[in-house]
Amino acid sequence: MRFTLKKDKSGVVVVGVEGQLIVGNRQELKQKVLDALEEGSRKFIIDFSKTGYIDSSGLGVLVSLSKKIREQGGELRLAGLNADLQTLFELTKLDTLFAITRTAEEALAAF
Amino acid sequence: MNLQLHLTRDSMKLDVPSDLGIVGAAVELVASHLPPGTLSPRRISFNLRTALAEALGNAIRYGTGEDPDRVVRVRVELGEDVVRIYVVDDGNGYDPRRLPDPTQPDNLEREFGRGLFVIRHLVDDVAFNEKGNGICLTLRAG
Repeated sequence: MRFTLKKDKSGVVVVGVEGQLIVGNRQELKQKVLDALEEGSRKFIIDFSKTGYIDSSGLGVLVSLSKKIREQGGELRLAGLNADLQTLFELTKLDTLFAITRTAEEALAAF
Repeated sequence: MNLQLHLTRDSMKLDVPSDLGIVGAAVELVASHLPPGTLSPRRISFNLRTALAEALGNAIRYGTGEDPDRVVRVRVELGEDVVRIYVVDDGNGYDPRRLPDPTQPDNLEREFGRGLFVIRHLVDDVAFNEKGNGICLTLRAG
């Protein structure tokens, strides 16, 4: 379980979530993204292509981060959800709150 | 932090310290000891892990108040084609019927309040004890 942050040449921060995003590590992800926001980044992609599962605390932190990023004039996009995670976003209707793309590359191209 | 799984042919028992940071390890311990064939690998890797993480997170945060001196008890009954997971804390319990629908427009941007909703969609049956401090998650094969 770990988070990786990479900034591409156009300034978009791509956050990789390896393992799970749950109640025990949500705060770590939140702090990393907020630090990047504080340092001036405004465009974020969270890439879930290496993520096994996300609990409701993980979903909640995404909602919270999206709001904070929008308040600063930025945007958070999500990418790489497998079929189970996509279903999770659909049943909670969070798919209506986020721009979700199949891959991080597609999300980058859409910025 | 040390987690000790007590495993028999048809059950598991695990006491989980009231620490949110240990939820992931507790979930992995249970999921990795399920006998092959009980549930499909996909249901173990997603439905069971997510639902158990939810139940443990709720019990630790709201039941035991993240008090390091308290524990949440997990008991797993292993049937031929069914797994029942009991998660019980020593808190005061809650009334699951009184939780708002997190998919309503007014609730959609709330950070919390999706746990039980998610559990209900991931397992075949959810039951509570009378006090409301214990939940039973039932997952069936297939």
